[in-house]
Amino acid sequence: MMLLTLLLLMTLAAYYLGLRRAVTVAGGPTSVRVLHSRPAYYGMWTAIWCGLPALIIFAAWQMLEGRMLTHLVVAQLPPEMQSLSAARLSLIVNDIRNIIYGNIPVGQVSPAVQAAAELYLRLQAISRIALAAAVLASALAGLGAAYGRIHIRLRARNQVERLVLWLLGACSTIAIFTTIGIVLSVLYEALRFFKSVPLTDFLFGLQWSPQMAIRSDQVGSSGAFGAVPVLAGTLLVSGIAMLVAVPIGLLAAIYMSEYAGKRLRSVVKPLMEILAGIPTVVYGFFAALTVAPLIRSSGHAIGLDVSSESALAAGLVMGIMIIPFVSSLSDDMINAVPQSLRDGAYGLGATHSETIRQVVLPAALPGIVGGVLLAVSRAIGETMIVVMAAGLTANLTLNPLKTVTTVTVQIVTLLVGDQEFDSPKTLAAFALGLLLFVITLGLNIIALKVVRKYREQYE
Amino acid sequence: METATEQRTLFTKEEIGVTTPEDSKPQHRPEKTLPADRAQDKPAPTVGKPFVDNPRMACRHVNVFYGDKHAIRDVSLDIGRNQVIAMIGPSGCGKSTFIRCLNRMNDTIEGCRVTGEILLDGQNIYARQVDVVPLRAQVGMVFQKPNPFPKSIYDNVAYGPKIHGLARNRAELDEIVETSLQRAGLWDEVKDRLSHAGTSLSGGQQQRLCIARTIAVGPEVILMDEPCSALDPIATGKIEELIDELRRQYSIAIVTHSMQQAARVSQRTAYFHLGDLIEVGRTEQIFTTPRHKLTQDYITGRFG
Ligand SMILES: Nc1ncnc2c1ncn2[C@@H]1O[C@H](COP(=O)(O)OP(=O)(O)OP(=O)(O)O)[C@@H](O)[C@H]1O
Ligand SMILES: [Mg+2]
Repeated sequence: MMLLTLLLLMTLAAYYLGLRRAVTVAGGPTSVRVLHSRPAYYGMWTAIWCGLPALIIFAAWQMLEGRMLTHLVVAQLPPEMQSLSAARLSLIVNDIRNIIYGNIPVGQVSPAVQAAAELYLRLQAISRIALAAAVLASALAGLGAAYGRIHIRLRARNQVERLVLWLLGACSTIAIFTTIGIVLSVLYEALRFFKSVPLTDFLFGLQWSPQMAIRSDQVGSSGAFGAVPVLAGTLLVSGIAMLVAVPIGLLAAIYMSEYAGKRLRSVVKPLMEILAGIPTVVYGFFAALTVAPLIRSSGHAIGLDVSSESALAAGLVMGIMIIPFVSSLSDDMINAVPQSLRDGAYGLGATHSETIRQVVLPAALPGIVGGVLLAVSRAIGETMIVVMAAGLTANLTLNPLKTVTTVTVQIVTLLVGDQEFDSPKTLAAFALGLLLFVITLGLNIIALKVVRKYREQYE
Repeated sequence: METATEQRTLFTKEEIGVTTPEDSKPQHRPEKTLPADRAQDKPAPTVGKPFVDNPRMACRHVNVFYGDKHAIRDVSLDIGRNQVIAMIGPSGCGKSTFIRCLNRMNDTIEGCRVTGEILLDGQNIYARQVDVVPLRAQVGMVFQKPNPFPKSIYDNVAYGPKIHGLARNRAELDEIVETSLQRAGLWDEVKDRLSHAGTSLSGGQQQRLCIARTIAVGPEVILMDEPCSALDPIATGKIEELIDELRRQYSIAIVTHSMQQAARVSQRTAYFHLGDLIEVGRTEQIFTTPRHKLTQDYITGRFG
């Protein structure tokens, strides 16, 4: 920590030194125009030379230190310990670590291990000092070299900007690599699942009851991993949600952007956006405790058989939850339609509603479609409401009054509780996750395609 | 000199015509009292002949406010039949504001208030019982920036006739579309690609498409707000020819920043300055012998 602070201070100093040097080289503050770049760039350039190599050394050292020290310590262990199997050896290394971090009292381990731990600590202290020396030396050397090379024709700006460019590029690839990493890890686990359950059974099986006999002599179901009922449940609930959210959201957006007065809009719009800020658990309560009983009692009143947890209840509440997504994006898109298009329609004697329906909405459509698909992704990924209001039973049904379950809910139920991480039951969660990912990815691709198509048409 | 030009050019009867009693009033105001730079409180009186016989549209004491801003100050002006009136003036003087009053496009602007009378064929378009929808079909508008709808060329032109139910069947609609495009001088260029997007045309073509779209509704008056400001000289030339052609059937008001254009296409010219209508007269007269100092300064390029 100290070291990093020191490095930071040195870098700051390097900045000012570089700046001053550049001004001096140029021949005073009045003639800085002879420099290739503005003086501040020389400062940054010097600072980079001072700080960056030192920082890299620091990071690399930190990464390698533990491994190096362990290696050295193991080499010093008595020979009979070294000849143990790899697994035992790693246990011993663990012991050493634990002593170092004070996790086990000193007296409990063998003297050899004790000695190794002491050795480790000694080596570590040496390593720390060496690190500090290396970092500071590198910073000073960088500073000195850069300082000496400042010259009026030095292209400091170009070099600094190239570095910034790399930095920006690196940041943008972080997102990509994270996605790839997630996909790969899910894919790996899913493949393990498909080793025990064939892909076709998973994709086309009509039964979902992920119970596996843990011991071979155990009585119980052998487990069925057909994803169709779960998927159907997801689509049913999301479908109901979209049926609620799209019309209400879109019409609200039209009202907000085309009809509502300024004052009303400034009150109602934030209020609607509050909907998006309510935690989904709270929506879940609402669905389970208010909406579901309401649906059930009104269903009974007209002689329908409604289960106490129903797709309808979950879908309705989920629909309410995603109204703000649809309305707020649509509102933005409608507002983005240029006034000149509206004027054109009015100028031909179109009424307000004709203008909205025939000119404004078509022009705003790409954005609206984008908003709707975003909402769909959101609905498919939603878990909490469904857990609380739609139930856990995997029914293959299109009847919204029945209990259904969704992909996300199943993932949760598969992973909660004590599970072995290599039973098909647990691995099924990854397969479901992969399925979900593929579906949302497909949706996003479709959304992009649709949006691009309309763009072409309307630009 | 004036009489010579009158005989030579295509000025219609109304402009040469007899001055009505109303007409003569502004002329007789002594020019001495006119402020060279305007008095802040009182609207400047108009010099010249703002009125014509048998006008298509008559504006009387029109004031426009944007909130507190007084953008048009007591303007009285006639739009004659089958002629083009050009509105010129420095930027921000209220030309667009005024022309937008003529079909109540200002209604769509929040905080915009119009007082005074604007008569279309004797009827006040700001009267309470008037519906703006048929009014705008009667008084069409072409905007400064071409603004075709994001639809096909055909649908752009067919849009107006469709909403007003001008065609009973597809064949009639086709006919309206074709004649409108022909009159706008665009038919030959687009007849093979009527289903292409209107926005795929060039700027000049788009503007002619917007003109076709406007005349497809069969308006009586066409308002044009700087219709050529985004166009090259060739497209401008085509649109100017078109305006001259359209004049036979319609009454046209055009806002322009190009003095040459005003001189080429219009029969009357109105000069606006900071919300006041300074001078109105035959185009020839305005450009050769302006009576007001401000008009003279403007057309000789001393400002604006
Ligand atoms: N929507 C509006 N809200 C408030 N003030 C406006 C609005 N539109 C125009 N104005 C003001 O009214 C005055 C006249 O504007 P207008 O657009 O009519 O000028 P113009 O003569 O058409 O100018 P230009 O030649 O630049 O188009 C200007 O001072 C302008 O600032
Ligand atoms: Mg204007």
